[in-house]
Amino acid sequence: MAEKVLMLALSPTMEEGVIVKWIKSEGDSVEQGDVLCEIETDKATMEYESPAEGTLLRIIAKEGQAVRVGRDIAIIGQAAEDISELAKETPAPVEKPPVEKARPVRKEPQISAPTAEGRLRSSPLARKLAKERGIDLSTVQGSGPQGRITRSDVEKAGTVAAAPPKVAGLTDETVPVTQKRKVIADTLSKSKFTAPHYYLRVTAAVDNLMQARTRLNDKIGQKVSVNAFLMKFVAEILKRHHMINATWQEDSIVMHGTADIALAVAQPDGLIAPVVRNCNAKGVLQIDRELKALIEKTRKGALTRADYADSTFTISSLGTFGIEEFTAIINPPDSAILAVGGIMKMPVAGDDDRICIGRCMKLTLSCDHRIIDGTVGAAFLRDLKEMIEYPVHELY
Amino acid sequence: MPQITYREALNQAIDEEMARDERVFLIGEEVALYNGAYKVSRGLCDKYGERRVIDTPISEGGFTGIGIGAAMAGLRPIVEWMTFNFSIQALDQVINNAAKMRYMSGGQFHLPIVFRGPNGPAEWLSAQHSQTLAAIYAHVPGLKVISAATPYDAKGLLKSAIRDDNPVVMMEAELLYGMKGDVPGDEYLIPIGRADIKRPGGDVTLITFGKVLHIVLKAAEALAEDAIEAEVIDLRSLRPLDEDAVIQSVSKTSRCVVIDESWPVASAGSYVAHLVSTKCFDLLDAQVELVAAEDVPMPYNHQLELAAQPSVEKILAAVEKVMYLD
Repeated sequence: MAEKVLMLALSPTMEEGVIVKWIKSEGDSVEQGDVLCEIETDKATMEYESPAEGTLLRIIAKEGQAVRVGRDIAIIGQAAEDISELAKETPAPVEKPPVEKARPVRKEPQISAPTAEGRLRSSPLARKLAKERGIDLSTVQGSGPQGRITRSDVEKAGTVAAAPPKVAGLTDETVPVTQKRKVIADTLSKSKFTAPHYYLRVTAAVDNLMQARTRLNDKIGQKVSVNAFLMKFVAEILKRHHMINATWQEDSIVMHGTADIALAVAQPDGLIAPVVRNCNAKGVLQIDRELKALIEKTRKGALTRADYADSTFTISSLGTFGIEEFTAIINPPDSAILAVGGIMKMPVAGDDDRICIGRCMKLTLSCDHRIIDGTVGAAFLRDLKEMIEYPVHELY
Repeated sequence: MPQITYREALNQAIDEEMARDERVFLIGEEVALYNGAYKVSRGLCDKYGERRVIDTPISEGGFTGIGIGAAMAGLRPIVEWMTFNFSIQALDQVINNAAKMRYMSGGQFHLPIVFRGPNGPAEWLSAQHSQTLAAIYAHVPGLKVISAATPYDAKGLLKSAIRDDNPVVMMEAELLYGMKGDVPGDEYLIPIGRADIKRPGGDVTLITFGKVLHIVLKAAEALAEDAIEAEVIDLRSLRPLDEDAVIQSVSKTSRCVVIDESWPVASAGSYVAHLVSTKCFDLLDAQVELVAAEDVPMPYNHQLELAAQPSVEKILAAVEKVMYLD
């Protein structure tokens, strides 16, 4: 009995997917779990595994076509089966994608073992070279048996990547919106238009923090990022302010038991926010290590859903651009986001009321007023400022 | 440089060492009056007399054991096995006594003894007399196991073996005895445990030892015609094994084929392939291939006999696999 293969939601925010490439052709026999096609979702390009076994009788969605979740992409059945009836049916548009709105209970991120078909084949030497040169193997075409990527494949890919970028002048140009750009647009408009934002601002003196960081850097001989400290501090303060670490679900509010803090990372093709899980239970060094690994993965475009989905709080920093302060849009399903400005020297009133030069950082907290009332957000920010300025007070 | 045969090179080595050290003596079947089954010991009985070149009954277990006892008592015997096929009779003496005595006596005894003879197939000798038993000896800690593929190596290695204070098993080959090669007139030694690059190249490493080296060199020449430069490594010693030479070459080429005329299962060749896979894992651009004898008793039919052994074609096919040319 022939059945339709539907576009599934491959990420919680996916509403439609673009068929990048059909791996199977019409007439091919398929096993359950075989990769049928590659689908570009809002976040990444993913392999679509066949839900059924039989023969791929009809490809409905062509390569390059965007298909809404729930619509047909193919028909699988027995070879030579009559599918005229099935093919005639007009698929009903699905109003809402079958996506869980938010997770009531957190699950461990699922990382499924790669299937034999889906596995990237590469020689150890090719892997080593690719790592050294920062080449993402999934972008390299393998010339060895069963597509195995070899040294020469990586070397060729390396030369292509090393080609100097063209300098473009100003020209009139219209480019299609990528899936990723589209999801950024949809998510952030939805957040800004539905969650009533309000903003709280403080200036925190960071001399103590920077001093502690310098000592730590000297001690371990490497640079620990300020973001790792901020994530740790935020996680500690979230413990006292559960409402900041929560998700709005219309008829209920989920307060999360872990501080899973995302950091907005810019990429040429758009922003993404990888998540360091469970910051409340980790030290600064561990957070820093995980953060660096995630940023490296982000640069390589190798983030998986488990790396960026389901944060509980987000930090966004534009300090490296010399931005003094800014306001950020809440990153769903979070209820607040902290916008961090650059560290600046400025005149401050010292303990003896004399003006001296101190290092400061401006912090802006965007809150969803549906969950977080002004005093709740303010208390959070007050405590965070205290923590940043006098970390040792936390021990009192 | 004088060109002499492999058997003459062995003869010179034994002669020189017997002249140098009167504790050295040769014992085995037909070694004295008949001048050796393969004429390796020609003239030695006349020169040194029947007390130092000793004919024995056909009893490998017996005369191998006599050799081991003599070594324990302070002499430096060379035990000639007419072929390695017959050495199986003496395995208990070699494995349980020669290889263990130093260890089990807490170092009170050392065994300066050489076991030598032709190993591997010749032609038309059928299953029981065409065996390559390198793995059996290379398996045993307490032994040194060497294999010479040229007259030069044969002389230099045998002299080192005779001067070594440990039991050394030296594998020769019937089909090599008549092979001629350059051997300097001046004395030289080849240290045990050092591999030799028989042909330098940068594209693929071919690792081998013993008689089959000459087939490997032919394959390397054929590859050179296709502009593939193979580096041919002659291990010369299976125990100790020159790991550095292997790693260095594979680091350069990233590709490796091991050629061993033994059976493929649990062979010295399969061990070397394992070694490359682990020690050079991140350097490999392809799987390591093993070219071995077919996993069957040696057929008597000559065509089948040849088909059962490594050949130039089999080596080329393996090289094509590791170079992704097939």
